[in-house]
Amino acid sequence: MNDPWLMLIVSCSVFVIGLLGVIFRKNLLIVLMSIELMLNAVNLSFVTFSKIHHVLDGQISVLFVMTVAAAESAVGLGLVISLFRTLKTADSDQIQMLRD
Amino acid sequence: MDWSFLAFIIFSTIAILGSLMVILQKTPVSSAFSLVLVFFSFSGLYALLGAHFIAALQILVYTGAIMVLFVFVIMLLGQDEKTTDLKDSSLLFKGIATLGGFGFLSILLQAALTSKDTTGKGIYTEEKIAEMGGNLKAISEVLFRDYIFHFELVSFLVLAAVVATVALAKRKNSQQGEIS
Repeated sequence: MNDPWLMLIVSCSVFVIGLLGVIFRKNLLIVLMSIELMLNAVNLSFVTFSKIHHVLDGQISVLFVMTVAAAESAVGLGLVISLFRTLKTADSDQIQMLRD
Repeated sequence: MDWSFLAFIIFSTIAILGSLMVILQKTPVSSAFSLVLVFFSFSGLYALLGAHFIAALQILVYTGAIMVLFVFVIMLLGQDEKTTDLKDSSLLFKGIATLGGFGFLSILLQAALTSKDTTGKGIYTEEKIAEMGGNLKAISEVLFRDYIFHFELVSFLVLAAVVATVALAKRKNSQQGEIS
């Protein structure tokens, strides 16, 4: 790849697709998957900029972001299971316990 | 024909189409498998950028660990029926959100592509990394020399996540239905 700037177009597109997924979908599992998409897009731009600037700190950041993403999805899926046992649904519109 | 450019075209097309499929599929299982496709193509893009360690880690951590977690949760919840939540929201809302997404995309691209002039170049050029013994050796040297404190801090984060997950799982077994 002699022009890493093309990678940024892919990264931005995937980020916006993930954002639209978070906005559109109400199924909590798919919302979590869209968050993973956004984190991956950010990782790609980290690696791209680290190649452009000839530094390795971007790739180190990707390691940390991956750890945070793993922790986030573990806790998030635990919350989804807990909610599903209480409400019998994975629809984010049905979560209105504070209103009642 | 530049082979790496051809590989870039293939991987990026799979990545973008796969992520569109993630948010447009009706069942969570098909979304999860589209996400696996996206993760594999991202791994290929990392390898094209010369980040071989990150490419291996992408497959190990994302497709190996996180996606298995997702598929297990889908299996536990029995979420294999088709959802209709994409059709529920009104057309006006969807149009406004898509337009806003495209506007945000253009702003992001503008910001990313106009930052071309880079002063302050780092020392880790491709020749330097090859001289140091490859991407993995260079990364581990930076990680364990400059970022060792952050590395230790991340281990505390993982510990906290483990404790939180166990707390969430245990609470349901002992006091059924008292989360609300």
